[in-house]
Amino acid sequence: MGTLSGLLVTVRTARQGAEMVSDKHGAPYIEEISTLRIHQDDLAELGLEDGGKAALASEHGEIRVFCKAAETPRGLFFLPLGPVANVLFSVHSAKESGVPNWKGIEVTVTGGEGPDKPSGPGQRGES
Amino acid sequence: MTTHDNVVCTFCGCLCDDLEVDVEDNAIKAVRKACLIGKNKIMNALSHAPAIRVNGREASLGAAVEEAARILGEAKNPLVYGMSSTTSEAQREMVDIAEMIRANLDNPSSYCHGPGVLARQQAGLVTCTLGEAKNRADLVIYWGCNPVEAHMRHLTRYSLQPKGLYTPEGRKDRKVVAIDIRQTPTTKRADLFLQVTPGHTFEIASVLRALVNGLEPEFQDGREEVAGVPMESWRRVVEMIKACKYGVLFFGLGVTQCRNTDINVEQVSRLVQDANKHVRFSALAMRGHGNVNGCNQVMTWQTGFPLAVNFSRGFPRHNPGEYSVVPMLARQEVDAALIVATDPGAHLPADAVRFLKTIPVIHLDPHENLTTPWATVVIPVAPVGVAAAGTFYRMDNVPLRVKKMVESPHPSDEDVLKAIKEKIRHVAHT
Amino acid sequence: MLRIHNGLIYDPANAVNGEAGDVIIHDGVIVSGAGLSEKQKRDMETIDASGCAVLPGGVEIHSHIAGAKVNNGRILCPEEHRSHVSARTSLTRAGCGLCVPTTFRTGYLYSKLGYTTIFEAAVPPLEARHAHEELMDMPLLDKGCYTVMGNNHLVMQVLKDPDRAARKERLRELASWLLRASRGYAVKVVNPGGVEDWKWNAGAADLDTPTPPFGVTPRQIVTALAEAADELKLPHSMHLHCNHLGEPGNLETTLATMRALEGRRVHYTHLQFHSYDKTKKGGFRSGAARIAEYFNKHPEFTCDVGQIVFGPTLTMTSDAPMEFKLFQMRKGKWASGDIEMESGSGIVPISYAPKILVNAIQWSVGLELMLLINDPWRIFLTTDHPNAGPFTAYPEIIKLLMDADYRMSWLEKLHPRVRRATGLFEITREYTLEEIAIITRSGPARALGLAAKGHLGAGADADVAVYRLDQDRRAMFSRPVYVLKGGAVVVRDGEIVDTPNGRTLCVDPEGGRSLPQDLAETFDGFYTVKMANYMVEDEYLERPEVVPCG
Repeated sequence: MGTLSGLLVTVRTARQGAEMVSDKHGAPYIEEISTLRIHQDDLAELGLEDGGKAALASEHGEIRVFCKAAETPRGLFFLPLGPVANVLFSVHSAKESGVPNWKGIEVTVTGGEGPDKPSGPGQRGES
Repeated sequence: MTTHDNVVCTFCGCLCDDLEVDVEDNAIKAVRKACLIGKNKIMNALSHAPAIRVNGREASLGAAVEEAARILGEAKNPLVYGMSSTTSEAQREMVDIAEMIRANLDNPSSYCHGPGVLARQQAGLVTCTLGEAKNRADLVIYWGCNPVEAHMRHLTRYSLQPKGLYTPEGRKDRKVVAIDIRQTPTTKRADLFLQVTPGHTFEIASVLRALVNGLEPEFQDGREEVAGVPMESWRRVVEMIKACKYGVLFFGLGVTQCRNTDINVEQVSRLVQDANKHVRFSALAMRGHGNVNGCNQVMTWQTGFPLAVNFSRGFPRHNPGEYSVVPMLARQEVDAALIVATDPGAHLPADAVRFLKTIPVIHLDPHENLTTPWATVVIPVAPVGVAAAGTFYRMDNVPLRVKKMVESPHPSDEDVLKAIKEKIRHVAHT
Repeated sequence: MLRIHNGLIYDPANAVNGEAGDVIIHDGVIVSGAGLSEKQKRDMETIDASGCAVLPGGVEIHSHIAGAKVNNGRILCPEEHRSHVSARTSLTRAGCGLCVPTTFRTGYLYSKLGYTTIFEAAVPPLEARHAHEELMDMPLLDKGCYTVMGNNHLVMQVLKDPDRAARKERLRELASWLLRASRGYAVKVVNPGGVEDWKWNAGAADLDTPTPPFGVTPRQIVTALAEAADELKLPHSMHLHCNHLGEPGNLETTLATMRALEGRRVHYTHLQFHSYDKTKKGGFRSGAARIAEYFNKHPEFTCDVGQIVFGPTLTMTSDAPMEFKLFQMRKGKWASGDIEMESGSGIVPISYAPKILVNAIQWSVGLELMLLINDPWRIFLTTDHPNAGPFTAYPEIIKLLMDADYRMSWLEKLHPRVRRATGLFEITREYTLEEIAIITRSGPARALGLAAKGHLGAGADADVAVYRLDQDRRAMFSRPVYVLKGGAVVVRDGEIVDTPNGRTLCVDPEGGRSLPQDLAETFDGFYTVKMANYMVEDEYLERPEVVPCG
C-alpha cells in the first residue's frame, strides 16, 4: 500500500447536509463525513479500490476514511466538513483573520490502514 | 390535520419561503417543496432533543438557568458565541448578555464568510437582492461555491433557471460561468467552467480587474496563464462581463477561506465595482447557516461591528483575529462559554473542542449534537421555524419571519436567554 | 402630577412666546392648570425651570437611523466607531459611532439634544422588518418610517393604465397597501424613476425621462403619488427627494418639479442638495435665492434643509445612481444594493471641508434657504443625517441661525470664492428662539400631522425639553437641563436618567386591504418572497399608535 502527499480541502456535500440535520449521531452522517473524494489515479497509486480504506494525516492529527473515486484533480483530496475532518485542523492553523486553513492543509494519505469501521466523532483519542 | 403554507425554511441562507407543512396531533407529518436538507430538518425538528443537564446529570430548567447564570456571572473573561441558527430576537438577547458580563462576542461567520464581511469594511460591496438575479441577471458567475449541494434550491428559485421579469426564458436567457478548483454538480451546469489551481483567488480577481479596466498584464516567464488557466479564458470571462446587461457573481467559502481570506473578497468586491463602469454588476455571498447573516446584522446595529467584539472595557472593541472565536480558543484565555445555536463540537478544529471541554460551557440547542455530550449545562430549546417564531435574514439581507407550527415541550432560545439574563442581573444586585 | 415651574415657555403652536409659566403633566399628557389651586400646584412634584426655556420635545422629520442601508453604513466604517464609544452603565447599553451610531446610542444622542420623536426617512417594503427591528432597539423616541414608492414596479404598472380614473383609484389603493405592508407612515419618493433607470445602466433621470420598460415618467410618478397621499388624507404629504441630487444646475429640475406639483401638499426633503445653480462654465453656484423666491409663494409646500456640517460623514440614500457617481469621483469605499421590484441604495463616505469651494457653497446654500424662506412653519432643520452631517451638529446650526456675527465670522474660514457664488453673507436675518422652536419641533410636528406633538397645550404628549437660557445658543441647545418623554424625566443635566421605549407611529389609511388580481400576479411572478411573508407582522411594532388620516 502506498502513501501520497497532497492538499486536503473541506467541502459541503448534499448527503452531509441532509444527514447532519437528521441525526448527528447516526451512522449515515458519520459515514458521509468519513468519505474522502480522491482521483482514480491517486487511488490506484495508493493500491486501493473505490471504497477502500485509508489513513489521512496532517501535522495536527490522523483519521481513518473511506476513499471514493471522483472527478477531482490529482493531489487534491476532498472531505466533508465535520468532526472527522476537524481532527486534521488546529486553532493554530488560523491566519490573521481568524480563519483556519479549511481549504488547503497538507496531508498524507496512506492506503489500507483503516479499521473495519471508520472512526466516529466520539471515538477519537481526545483527552 | 392542518397544512401550513408559505413556511420559511431555516436551514441555509436561501430561506425558501414557499414550503408546505402538514401538522397533525402536534407532529410534523409531511413537508413539501423543500429540498432534501430542508425537508429532513423540519421532519426531524422535534426529535433527538437532549435532556436538561448540569454536569452530566439531569436537572430542572430552573436549576440549569441558575447554574448558567452563576457560571457567566463569575467568569472573568467569558465567550458568548454562536447565534447563527436562531432568531434575531434571540441574538439581541445574546448581545445584551455579552455586554452585561463584559464578554467576548462572536459568531461562526468569523471562520466562514467573515472575511467577506471584513472586505465590506475595507471596500464596500455592490450587491442586490436575489430577485434582481432572478429578474435581470443575464450573466451569472458561481465562484468557489457549490449551491447544488449546499443551497439546493438556489439555482431553481433565484439564480439559474427562474423565469424572471426580464429573463422570460429562464436558463436560456443567461450565460453561466463557474470558477472552482474541481468539477462539481454546480460547475457542470455552467457554459464556461474554469478549473483553477487552489490558492489563487487574489491573482484571479486582480487579473480580471486589470482586463475590465483595459490593462493587459505582462508575463515575465512567457506563460500566459493565471491559476493554471490560460489568459484566453480570462479574457473570455471579461468579454462576457462587458457584454452583459446585469451580471451577478455568487461567491462561496472557496473565495473567503482561500489563503489571504479577506483581501480575496476585497479584490473581488473591487472587481465588481469596476465592472459597474461598463455594465450593472452585483456580488452576493452564499451564506451558509440560515441566520448567520442575522448575527452580523444584529451585532452591527447593537455593537457597531459584525463579528469579533470584546466588551471587557464596557464598550465594544472589534478586532478580528484577536476576538474571533478560533484565535480566542487558541490562546486559551476564555474561562467560560455560552454557546447557542451552533455546534462547536462539529464545526471547530479538534484542539478547540479539547480546550472547550476544560472550561464550563453552557449550551442551548434543539438537538443532541456533538457539543451536548460534554457541555456543562445543556438546555434543550424549541426549534425555530417549527416550534418558535422570530426573524431570519436571508443571504441578501431580506428579513423574513419564521413561524411556529407546533408546540415544543421546551422554551425558545429567546426565552431561556431572557431568563439567564434576569438571573445574572438578580445575582449582580444581591 | 408633575409641574415644570416658572420656565419661559416657547409654544409657537399655541402662540406662547417666551412667557413665564407652568407646564403640568398627568399620565404622560400635558393638562391645563386652569382649574388647579396654587396649593395643589405647590404640592405637586415640581421641576424648577427658572432661567430656562421650556419647549416641546424635538421632532425629527428626516433622518437615516435604522434599517438595511444604515446598518450597511455601520459595517462600512469601523474606523468611525472606534473614536466614539459609550460603555454600558446600569441604565444604558453600550454602543459606538457618531455618523452611524448603534441603535441604542442613536436614541440616547437624540434624547440628549431634547428630541423625542423621529422618522427614518427611507424604507423599502421588502426590508421593512429590518428597519422596525432596529427601531425597537432605539429607546426614548417615538418613531416611524417612510415607505419608498418612487421606483416601485407595481406603482409603475398602475401608472401605465391609460384609464385616468381607474389609474387614480388603483394607485390610491396600492399606496395604502404598501403602507400597510411595510407599516410605514408616509409615501416617500426618491429620485423617481432614476433608481430603476440605473438598473438598466441608463443615465440620470429628468422629469420627463420615460422609465424603462414602463415608459412612465418621473413627472407622472410624483404627481400621481402626491395626489394619492392627498386623497388618502395621510397625516404627512408625499415626502420627495427630487431627481438630480447634488448636481450643479439642478434647481431647474427642482423648480420644474415644484411647478408640476403646485396646489398639492408636498414635502421637499434636503432641499439644500437640490438648490444649485451653475456658472456658464458649468461650475457650482447657489440657487437658493431663486428656490426661496418661488417657495415663498407656495404655502402648500414644506421642506427640510439638509444643512451641511463640515467634517467626515457618510452619504447613504436610496438614490443608488447618485452614490455611484459620487464613488466615481471619490474612489474610496462604495456599498450599493439593488432591491428587487422596488428600490436601491448606496453608501459612500465623504468629508465636507470649508476650504473646498463646492462644500463651502453647499454649506452656504443650506443657511441661505433657512434665512430666505420666510415662513419657519415650512422649512425644518435637518442634516439629512448622516448625508450632510450628523444630527449632533444641530446646536451649532442653531447658533449659525441665531447669531449673524458668528455666521459672518465663518467667511474667513471658507474658500475665498464662496462670496461670489452665494448670497449668504449679505443676509442679516437672525432667528428668534420662537423660530428655532418652530423649525425643530412645532413645524415638523404640524407637517407630519402629529396633533399631540410639537406643542405644550392641554392634550399634548408630555414630551418636553428644558434648556438653560444662554446667549451662546450652541451651548444652550447642546445640553438640556431636563428632557421628558411621555411625562417621564429621561435626561437631567444632559445625562440619561431613564430609558423607556417609545411608540411606533403608523397610519391606517382607507382601502389597500389586498392587491388586485393583476398586481398580485406580478408580485407572485417576480418577487422572491411570498406575499404572505412580505406583510410586516404586528410583532414588529412597539406599542403602535395609529395617527389618524383626514
